Amino acid sequence: MAVVKTFPMGGVHPPENKFTADSAIQILDPPDEVAILLGQHIGAPAEAVVQKGDTVKVGTLIGEGKAFISANVHSSVSGTVKRVDEALDAAGFRKPAVVISVEGDEWEERIDRSPELVTEINTPAEEIVQRIKAAGIVGMGGAAFPTNVKYMVPEGKQVDTLVINGVECEPYLTADHRLMLEHTDEVLIGVEVLRRALQVERAVIGIELNKSDAIEIMSKHAERFPHIEVYGLKVQYPQGAEKQLIKAILDREVPGGKLPLDVGCVVNNVGTALAAYHEIQKNRPLIDRVVTVTGSSLSKRGNFQVRIGTPFSHAIEAAGGMPGDVAKVIAGGPMMGKAVPDLNVSVTKGTSGILLLNKREAQREETVACIRCSKCVSACPIGLEPYLLEKLARMEYWEQSDEHDVLDCIECGSCSYICPSNRPLLDYIKLGKVKVHEMRRASAG
Amino acid sequence: MTELLIYSALSLGGVAAGFAVVLYIISQRFKVEEDPRIGEVTELLPGINCGACGYPGCSGLAEALVDAADEGDISHLTCPPGGADTMKQVGRYFGLEVGSKHKTLAVLRCGGSFAAAPAKNEYQGPETCAIAHSLYVGVNGCPHSCLRLADCEVACPFDAIEMNDETGLPEVIPELCTSCGACVKACPRDLFEIRPRGKGKAERRVWINCRNKQPGGIARKNCSVACIGCGKCVRVCNEIVQAISMEDNLAYIDPYKCISCGKCVPVCPTKAILATFTPPKPKEPKKETADTQA
Repeated sequence: MAVVKTFPMGGVHPPENKFTADSAIQILDPPDEVAILLGQHIGAPAEAVVQKGDTVKVGTLIGEGKAFISANVHSSVSGTVKRVDEALDAAGFRKPAVVISVEGDEWEERIDRSPELVTEINTPAEEIVQRIKAAGIVGMGGAAFPTNVKYMVPEGKQVDTLVINGVECEPYLTADHRLMLEHTDEVLIGVEVLRRALQVERAVIGIELNKSDAIEIMSKHAERFPHIEVYGLKVQYPQGAEKQLIKAILDREVPGGKLPLDVGCVVNNVGTALAAYHEIQKNRPLIDRVVTVTGSSLSKRGNFQVRIGTPFSHAIEAAGGMPGDVAKVIAGGPMMGKAVPDLNVSVTKGTSGILLLNKREAQREETVACIRCSKCVSACPIGLEPYLLEKLARMEYWEQSDEHDVLDCIECGSCSYICPSNRPLLDYIKLGKVKVHEMRRASAG
Repeated sequence: MTELLIYSALSLGGVAAGFAVVLYIISQRFKVEEDPRIGEVTELLPGINCGACGYPGCSGLAEALVDAADEGDISHLTCPPGGADTMKQVGRYFGLEVGSKHKTLAVLRCGGSFAAAPAKNEYQGPETCAIAHSLYVGVNGCPHSCLRLADCEVACPFDAIEMNDETGLPEVIPELCTSCGACVKACPRDLFEIRPRGKGKAERRVWINCRNKQPGGIARKNCSVACIGCGKCVRVCNEIVQAISMEDNLAYIDPYKCISCGKCVPVCPTKAILATFTPPKPKEPKKETADTQA
């Protein structure tokens, strides 16, 4: 760790506010009722395979992902299926979901619930990929892209490195940090499982330097794994963005419109590695995740192991209840997370945090004219011109937006964060991305 | 000195004359015959290039009209903002029949006002419906509701849409609306529809003031004037003209079948049907339903 690695272009350093870095993961009891969305991932929603009145246990398959890009969904609780219809998603829209009323806590027999570590990996590579799909494992960093799809390397592409993301560059969030501290061996075995599934010789783990304890313990335990290397990375947002992480650790640049696969890498989150460990070594599908429930005025903020489908309100209750001054509840971190319109939305596989902001923190400052300082250009880790893309989107110049590579935007929000005029740069850029996608689809057919 | 002037004048004049000859030859060789009628018809059109006719600007429609006139039938073409008067003039110019298109206007199909669909959350993003719609469900929780951020008002080239500060909803000013369709395109939730202005001088028209396709109970939770798909209006109308259909928990009145009798208005339990006139009878008097929204 002689040289501190980082990505070369752009980036910002917002206040870290990692209040919960020292609070151990607490297990949150399931609520009385869970609403498990069938579309928690990128791609086609799963199709329900249970009906009203069915009895389910923890780990029972309730939704089957039939499309190529889709994921299975399992029951996170035991109880009776109350209804199979709709529930609110994080944007407030009603989406297909399975609502289960919780009775007891009975798990599927095949699941090994003992705390013992299973170090021996006996599953062949192909079977690992199939079981990752069966277990409904998706990217746990927040994007929720079905993991097995990343492991189906197309003909003609060579992959040599597995990159594991332990950066957690979003302010406030500490879920991955705690995972690495408390489940070090599980995570490392999970990385080893994924490395074998990918059939590569090298796995690298990137962790930001503000988590020195995690770097230390991970490096120490990784000594037993000859193929795994741990790297400390400079504290710079968005260090944990896929392309920036690859550039920082491996010095490979993923061109616009290309995937990590095109430069010989696959990137997964440490949470995903842990989920892979659980499924392959313990037969435990993805039924819960660690969520950081935090905020400046929350009394018992902390990191909670939450069953998928738990309503936000239940998790907030466990963290000390809703403080009076809260103005905004965000799913995820403050940079890329989205404010939720209702507290009954459920925790999904991609919910890394529940962040409560008070009035002062949540307030958007008044937008004034662009002063052409070009701070947004300097901050953009991709090298785009956010001020220009905003203007093009305001004028509805979608073709020009496309020419200026609006689709390469990773939506990290560095531009909006740094703008001294408080311009809603990312809001308009996101709109531009939607419209350019629509335009391309229309012209394609 | 004089010599210099003469030589300069001669040489420059020579060059100019040379170019003039070349340009003349080229212009004769590659002459494009434009039908003089196109220019004349363009003069008859409103000249606002709104594109509502489906052609690129007024000259585009003029070209299409001339082509159609050569084939002897222009009845399928129309100029929505110009309306019947303009088309009558165009018809006279060609000596052909023009289509008997109904005079139309844009109609908002949402009653999600501040009072009927109170805000459940606060929106702080950029003040445009396009962004709010791409972000989330909206302030009142109805995924089909007006977002009240005035993209239609901005888009209307005729200032025919105004936001009502009391209801939060846009209002179409019938006298100014040319039914160019700009609002239909601008609304990310497809709340505007171009409908016939309706019967008589009073422009009697009736429409379902809602686009919510959710089951009644859910729709009602977010908005007191949502169509809940109960089907009462369909039953009333079926005895008369069968103009109302029901699809995905949402009623729709076909304006070309509707006779503007207004009998469906009082039977709606959520007052989701609006009319531009006072509907007949019922037992208890209806006030709000007669509200001339458009």
